[in-house]
Amino acid sequence: MVNFQPTEEQQLIRDTIAGFAQEIIRPAAHEADETGLIPSSLVQQAWELGITQSTIPEAWGGAGEIPSAFTGALICEELAWADLAIALHLLAPRLVIQPVLALGNDTQQQHVLPAYTEPTFTAGTAAVMEPRFGFDVNELATTATRRNEDILLNGAKCYTPLAAEARHLLVYARSESGVAAFLVPRDTPGLVIGEREKNMGMKALATYELTLNDCRLPASAQLNGALSPLLNRSRVALSALAVGVARAAFDYARDYAKERRAFGTAIAQKQAIAFMLADMAIEIDAARLLTWEAAWKIDAGQDTPLEAVSGATREACLAKNYAANMVLKVTDNAVQILGGHGYIRDHPVELWLRNGRGFATFEGLAMV
Amino acid sequence: MIDFSLSTDIINARAMVHMVAETDMRPLSREYDEREHEKPMEWLTMMWNASKGLVSIGGDRKEARGERKAAEKQVRMAVIIEELSWGDAGLYLSIPNAGLGGAAVMAAGTQEQKERFLARFRDGAPKWGAMAITEPGCGSDSAAITTTAVRDSDQWVLNGTKIFCTSGLMAVEKSEGFVVVWATVDKTAGRAGIKAFIVDHHTPGMTVAKVENKMGIRASDTAMLVFEDCRIPIENILGSPEVQQSTEGFKGVMATFDATRPIVAASAIGIGRAAVDFLREVLQKEGVTIRYHVPPTKLTTVERDFMEMEANLQAARLLTWRASWMMDQGLQNSLEASMAKAKAGLAVTQVTQKAVELLGPLGYSRKNLVEKWMRDAKINDIFEGTQQINLLIIARRILGYSSKELS
Ligand SMILES: Cc1cc2nc3c(=O)[nH]c(=O)nc-3n(C[C@H](O)[C@H](O)[C@H](O)COP(=O)(O)OP(=O)(O)OC[C@H]3O[C@@H](n4cnc5c(N)ncnc54)[C@H](O)[C@@H]3O)c2cc1C
Ligand SMILES: Cc1cc2nc3c(=O)[nH]c(=O)nc-3n(C[C@H](O)[C@H](O)[C@H](O)COP(=O)(O)OP(=O)(O)OC[C@H]3O[C@@H](n4cnc5c(N)ncnc54)[C@H](O)[C@@H]3O)c2cc1C
Repeated sequence: MVNFQPTEEQQLIRDTIAGFAQEIIRPAAHEADETGLIPSSLVQQAWELGITQSTIPEAWGGAGEIPSAFTGALICEELAWADLAIALHLLAPRLVIQPVLALGNDTQQQHVLPAYTEPTFTAGTAAVMEPRFGFDVNELATTATRRNEDILLNGAKCYTPLAAEARHLLVYARSESGVAAFLVPRDTPGLVIGEREKNMGMKALATYELTLNDCRLPASAQLNGALSPLLNRSRVALSALAVGVARAAFDYARDYAKERRAFGTAIAQKQAIAFMLADMAIEIDAARLLTWEAAWKIDAGQDTPLEAVSGATREACLAKNYAANMVLKVTDNAVQILGGHGYIRDHPVELWLRNGRGFATFEGLAMV
Repeated sequence: MIDFSLSTDIINARAMVHMVAETDMRPLSREYDEREHEKPMEWLTMMWNASKGLVSIGGDRKEARGERKAAEKQVRMAVIIEELSWGDAGLYLSIPNAGLGGAAVMAAGTQEQKERFLARFRDGAPKWGAMAITEPGCGSDSAAITTTAVRDSDQWVLNGTKIFCTSGLMAVEKSEGFVVVWATVDKTAGRAGIKAFIVDHHTPGMTVAKVENKMGIRASDTAMLVFEDCRIPIENILGSPEVQQSTEGFKGVMATFDATRPIVAASAIGIGRAAVDFLREVLQKEGVTIRYHVPPTKLTTVERDFMEMEANLQAARLLTWRASWMMDQGLQNSLEASMAKAKAGLAVTQVTQKAVELLGPLGYSRKNLVEKWMRDAKINDIFEGTQQINLLIIARRILGYSSKELS
């Protein structure tokens, strides 16, 4: 039966994250973007909220909650409302936790998961994207080839968050049986972590290029099982993050438009501005509902990992594409509503536009 | 808990209505698009017989709050209307029922009025209800209406001209229906002077002056009603006597739109889905599959367009279900109702136009229904508040502005 209301527990989680986002993350966002640094005290405080590690089974020291894509979407939206770069930093460990939870065997889980229940922030990450035109997660250029008992990884990756400090690195590559994920220790010969990347937005997030040159792994490094459900979780996460960024821009532009006066009235009293805001409000809700539906479908277990296009893939892809377009339009409108002031870095809207532009590019950069 | 699945009850109802839409409505679609001003009376009578008791769309917040059973009324309605409009939107709009007039009586009428005007929709011959707000001189600006209601002892005397009244002909001349007419009792009072009056069928002084020729939804009659010293009983003013003294009456009728805008949105979505379903079938026949999971740089234009159509339609549908669900929960939903209507009206206009474009000669030809759906779809961005009027309502809500502060 149709219901648009999250459970009380989910609302409580959302409120908690929203409070943290508003009080702790948002005030740090501007400086983090300017300096490229996220205060470690903030990261530690967020870690103590437990959002990253909550889904780790009790056996490995976690809280053992069922990983809900919907709850994850709520968390993503609130964090991204405060700041996308910081959000992605805080969520990075999930890039390795969730796949290991979903696909890892006992040995792999024991090897990886306990690190993320330690009292201090532990970085983990995954390398999905590749620096080339037409990047397609279904047809990776990075290869995994068998060499006797071992696996050799070759290729280049980009946008790998926190790679330089990650305890575990999950590398996605094309194997004989399709796309697969491999746990790669950071000191594996042949793995070179490049310089920190310089991007248009998300400047506070440390991302890296990787080169893999005959990077040799034991067969046990491979996570077995289909990745499409994980990709869908990633698409839901990205959609929810996009909604958060857009909502931030909308809130700010709305408040500004009520304050700013031109030609004798608040600019919000001009239809040209008011209608932009109304449209932004509709599109944000539209994208959020599409995201929620995809998340709900994943949680309802309708996401069957059997085929490439199955279960929630359609919903997740539609939501992701929709949200990526939406966030660009909304953040651009926000800059426009602030006029010249929107172009100046004292106001955050230009940062949100720079961040928002990335969503069409991002793939596998977050996980719920 | 979040849930996007429909209840079994609604799924069953939808399946039943879908059968009607497919086997009964679709075969009539083209015929009554071309035979404008004629009605498929046999089918309409069948629908009347099948749906009696379903007195009115819209409804009553208090009722929703009180009754457990009503818990899914609006969502159910949205799903059913989508299905009927998937069959044919013009025919759906022609189905005999209390219509918008009924919705107004439900929302703002007294118990006595509900009994007197709505009970008749439970039996007898097919009947229609209608609502007349729009005038030649004003549409969106409904507070500027000039039709007058003057009290003369125990009667109201109405004078003025109303246009574009859906089912106006059927309600006042072709059945024992009624029309809810907006008129001002005091032009100097502006909005506060506007009241709604229930005028019974065949009341002397009320005539159907014209039935319009339209771009689409041709099966539905759109009438001009002229009131010349049209006398109605004093108790036919909509609402209770206290309400009549204040602006509450206006607000009460405006509240009708909280219920009907999601319904219009649902109807729009039905038309859009018809076009998307048709397109999907053609693509399948041509061996074109939609690869949802490949990156945008690898998609063909057709795939990209198709996915955008699907996403927009689904977004509109979810906004519509949310507005309806809120109504069922007894929650204030004016903002969400306008969001659904604005999104659906525009999305479906674009979706159907895109379908004609993508289908090329198949789309433009009157051998198929796609061109008709494009013509039918457009009305949803116009009536029950144009796109702009709904944006205005949304903007006022999100900015906390009155209609004076933002007009
Ligand atoms: C990099 C840069 C260089 C610049 N260089 C110069 C320069 O050399 N010399 C100089 O004098 N200025 C300069 N400017 C200022 C620039 O011309 C103004 O920023 C611009 O005219 C907009 O004014 P504003 O920023 O005050 O926005 P506002 O006037 O406050 O407008 C805010 C928003 O409201 C909208 N709006 C305003 N009035 C209406 C209306 N009546 N109806 C509908 N919408 C309305 C605007 O379109 C905008 O979207 C510069 C600005 C920048 C960012
Ligand atoms: C087939 C059909 C059936 C209808 N059924 C009914 C019915 O049953 N009962 C009934 O009462 N009416 C009915 N209508 C009338 C319908 O509700 C009106 O046509 C509609 O409200 C718009 O009014 P208008 O046509 O006078 O356009 P106008 O109000 O003249 O609008 C013209 C344009 O100006 C824009 N506009 C107007 N005001 C503003 C503003 N403040 N800001 C920005 N833009 C603005 C509008 O959005 C529109 O684009 C029907 C119309 C049609 C075509």
